[in-house]
Amino acid sequence: MMAAVAARELADGEVVFVGIGLPNLACNLARATHAPRLVLIYESGAVGAVPERLPVSIGDPALVTGSLMVCGMADVFQCLLQNGRIEVGFLGGAQVDRYGNINTTVIGPYARPTVRLPGSGGAAEIAIHAQRTLIVAKLGRRAFPERVDFVTSPGQRPEGRTRRELRMPGAGPVKIITDKAILEPDEETGEMVLAALYPGVSVPDVQAGVGWSLRSRPRPTPVAPPTAQQLRLLREVLDPKRLFLRQ
Amino acid sequence: MRDAVARFVHDGDTVVIEGFTHLICFAAGHEIIRQGRRDLTLARLTPDLIYDQMIGAGCARKLVFSWAGNPGVGSLHALRRAVEGVGTRDSGLEIEEYSHFGMVARFAAGAARLPFWPLRDYMGTDLPRANPRIKSVTCPYTGEDLATVPALNPDVTIVHAQRADADGNTQIWGLLGVQREAAFASQRVIVVVEELVDEQVIRSDPNRTVIPGMIVNAVVVEPWGAHPSYAQGYYDRDNDFYVAWEEVSRSRERLARYLDEFVYGVPDRSAYLEKQPHVARLKAKERVCAGVNYGY
Repeated sequence: MMAAVAARELADGEVVFVGIGLPNLACNLARATHAPRLVLIYESGAVGAVPERLPVSIGDPALVTGSLMVCGMADVFQCLLQNGRIEVGFLGGAQVDRYGNINTTVIGPYARPTVRLPGSGGAAEIAIHAQRTLIVAKLGRRAFPERVDFVTSPGQRPEGRTRRELRMPGAGPVKIITDKAILEPDEETGEMVLAALYPGVSVPDVQAGVGWSLRSRPRPTPVAPPTAQQLRLLREVLDPKRLFLRQ
Repeated sequence: MRDAVARFVHDGDTVVIEGFTHLICFAAGHEIIRQGRRDLTLARLTPDLIYDQMIGAGCARKLVFSWAGNPGVGSLHALRRAVEGVGTRDSGLEIEEYSHFGMVARFAAGAARLPFWPLRDYMGTDLPRANPRIKSVTCPYTGEDLATVPALNPDVTIVHAQRADADGNTQIWGLLGVQREAAFASQRVIVVVEELVDEQVIRSDPNRTVIPGMIVNAVVVEPWGAHPSYAQGYYDRDNDFYVAWEEVSRSRERLARYLDEFVYGVPDRSAYLEKQPHVARLKAKERVCAGVNYGY
């Protein structure tokens, strides 16, 4: 469901910075359906990748074979990302907060972490530079605290200031795609609010997985379930071993 | 490999074994472990299993990195024990953390022999608070504040590649990572290749040369030297090994048993390969490109 919902957010011909896991499924689903000319860019340097198998990692050799260009990572970050060429960036993380800030660094204090997470990778700069970002994360009280323990990827109001004040080129997270609902930033405050509900999900169901008092759009829109074609592609073609669909 | 590591990798050095998922030289990491190097500063964008093994083996004093996980699988547990275990017997690993762009920029500065590199990054993040070496500068042309990272100039960089000639003119295809920048930034460079080729092979396709022989100190021929990482056109990544590492590195004892069997227990890479005949299934299929006309 999350992969199918995320796929709908991508328009044909857009340039997408792809992460591994569900974002990768979403991008390849979009490419196989409504967006055949989607340009997939992986931070490993594969541009216009057309993976014939589901990549296990972001540096999978299948991303190279048949791609439009392979460049070094200095080119990826300077000539593509900082240059403003990336239209959509996908992000996920252990914690996402009220303003769409993401933590993939540590749970607990930095110097004495309870859990050491992998760190930024390219996520800090993707959050800053991509023209818009989509966050994909499952709801849960621990995953959606009021404030993240560490801001790895800035959302709509890092340090209480707007992205414009901080001179960030990109618009930041425009949607958080969860397993129950879609959240979007309030235009005035930058706070993430309930925008759309999956079939059979109630507002209290969503609130139960969010660690702050969740506000809602006047009338949350219903999210259409995945089509039969999307499900067939996801289950039979893109991820037959359910490497990522289970998550 | 034994001679190259003995001669060019010393206790206390800053060592870079680069390669983004692709061409990570496990053979060199294992030889460094076997020779008992200590107090190394290990730098890489993605520490990957190789630095997890080197940290588990006690080679490292400090880690410089930007993403420390087992891609698509989980954690690097030896590393996590060392970072999370403040006050325990696993503690003592110092870390210095950037983002990928930050690490790439550090190598770019190092390669150009500049003291730092400017980048539009880190605003709104907690990374500069976690790492005071991330600073900023005011642009003298626009007045804009830009983030800066310091140059990284390793003592030794080890790059795995598909092929090189005897002088170290090195050709890489597939994912290029930051190998070129890391090599140029380094004081010493060791190139490890799948195949040693004649200089004429290099000269027939000069656009594919990523590292010129003039900056290379040693060329080591080590087929399958990147396993369980991969070499495009030679062998696929051993994803099963990456999955299995989750359980191995989770336990201090199992990690020690792994090192005993596959690192300390073998004299060199060919003996390592004899112990795992299953890797033959990873041999790459043919997808040869047409080539171009260099004539004039």
